[in-house]
Amino acid sequence: MTEKKKMTFHDFIHNDNTVGYVFAAPFIIGFCFLTLIPMALSLYYAFCNYKIGQEAKWVGLENFINLFKDADFGNSIMVTVQYVLWGVPLKLIFALLIAMLLTKPTKLQGLYRAIYYIPSLIGGSVAVALVWKQLFGSRGPIVTMIKSLGVNGFNFFGSKTWAFVPLILCNAWQFGSSMLIFASGLKQIPKDYYEAAEIDGAGAFKRFFKITLPCLSPIILFNLLMQLISGFMTFTQAQIITQGGPNHATEYVSLFIFTEGFTYGHMGYACAASWVILLIMATITGVIFKTSKTWVFYEADE
Amino acid sequence: MKTKRRIKTICYHAFVIGFGLLMIYPVIWMIISSFKMKSEILGNDVPFLPTKWVFENYPNGWKGVGEYNFGDYFKNSAIVSVLATIGTVISSAMVSYALARVKFIGRKFWFTCMIMTMLLPGQVLMIPQYIIWNNLDLTGTFVPLILPKFLGVPFFIYMMMQFIKGLPKELDEAAQIDGCSKYQIFTRIILPLLGPSIITTIVIQFYWTWDDYMGPLLYLTKPALYTVSYAIKNFADVQGTNFGPMFAMSTLSLIPVFTLFLFFNRYLMDGVTAGSVKG
Repeated sequence: MTEKKKMTFHDFIHNDNTVGYVFAAPFIIGFCFLTLIPMALSLYYAFCNYKIGQEAKWVGLENFINLFKDADFGNSIMVTVQYVLWGVPLKLIFALLIAMLLTKPTKLQGLYRAIYYIPSLIGGSVAVALVWKQLFGSRGPIVTMIKSLGVNGFNFFGSKTWAFVPLILCNAWQFGSSMLIFASGLKQIPKDYYEAAEIDGAGAFKRFFKITLPCLSPIILFNLLMQLISGFMTFTQAQIITQGGPNHATEYVSLFIFTEGFTYGHMGYACAASWVILLIMATITGVIFKTSKTWVFYEADE
Repeated sequence: MKTKRRIKTICYHAFVIGFGLLMIYPVIWMIISSFKMKSEILGNDVPFLPTKWVFENYPNGWKGVGEYNFGDYFKNSAIVSVLATIGTVISSAMVSYALARVKFIGRKFWFTCMIMTMLLPGQVLMIPQYIIWNNLDLTGTFVPLILPKFLGVPFFIYMMMQFIKGLPKELDEAAQIDGCSKYQIFTRIILPLLGPSIITTIVIQFYWTWDDYMGPLLYLTKPALYTVSYAIKNFADVQGTNFGPMFAMSTLSLIPVFTLFLFFNRYLMDGVTAGSVKG
């Protein structure tokens, strides 16, 4: 009997369940305190009038009703969608083209990849955002170049139509990790596919659309989802480069949440906005997943 | 035929290098501007290279604003980034081992939670998380920027899981036969083999933390705690149109990230791709 009890303690410690929970404990604790409880709180405050340091007052659906009437909120969703619709395809096409360019096996391949990865390494930093602001500013080199082409009085950040262009370019510029992921995908496409196609007389374009794209489709889906989510939530660049302006033209949703919550102190309202945005994003992600069955090609399905 | 191929190769390299230079032009412009006089940085007829190289921008910028200089800010950034990176490596390696190799009840459930957390944009939680840290009286400290990293970062957990799944199971089994417990399998077998994955994590998490702007913006309310990235923004606001020192400090702020990248570049290139594709 005593023998068995000793064994139980030893067994308990080395039991797969104990081991699993010991090692997974950091995540489980983090998930509860950094995700689950904040989400529950956020959901509760979304139905409250709440400011830091004050009692939360239950107001029912008022926040949501106000959101739908709030032209600034509608605008922030529209400009974010515009940003994502231009920015994400641009970045992915760019990443894919560069990845294909760098498949050529040369001794310098590693160096080239490193150089093309540099923008991703630093692109998210405040330093680059500040540089970008001057680079595209009214006296910066880009506008000066446009001027030398004969267009006068052009100003990115003064224009409601053009202010988002430097932001999109800054995002597309950071194509490095998408590029690396595409590059490793390209490496996995069997060479004989291309050889067979070539024998059958398929040109470069046909080979790209009939072999490269279908074979890469799972990776395109992965990159698309990751970029969509991060694009939707762009913050640092917009906050520093344009401050959401001019006239709300680049006030993306995360800036809207930040401004409402921290500048105006409307915490409850900002939580409600977060939930609406989350639902929109979940819907978009869901739709992409659903339709992905028609355009993503898995080799196992052959 | 041979010369034709050679010309093609030269054209290829010329194009890749030329386009690469165009890509890093903003960085080059920043560095060069940091050595220029104020009048030569922006405007219509400014030269690409300074007519006279000036170095004052660096000491002028270093002084910062008020009672703290960039030495303090670099120290703060180093503390936050190093601790956050250590936390990420330890916790993510542990969790990835559990999810990839240990068959425990609820594993699927926690895996799903992990993926959902990975896809959940952090900005959606910025308000409630702030409220919690505020209630714990921990705003105005480094804790909100560091502690969460000790609780596993899903992106890296996922990456390490893919890596562990690629290691032969026979290793575990052989170790088990030799009398290793599951704990020892982690410390003696898996952890040493995780090397490339760990290096990728170190580089990426370090530059994420170093470059982070939103976290310091929300939580580092006292100038004594400002990290470089947040301090530069305030510094630029205060300097107004005096851009030289701002460019100088921006250049300095990127050096640690660059250095790390230069050291570990090769591993990083392999690690990123290994992690994301095999899913």
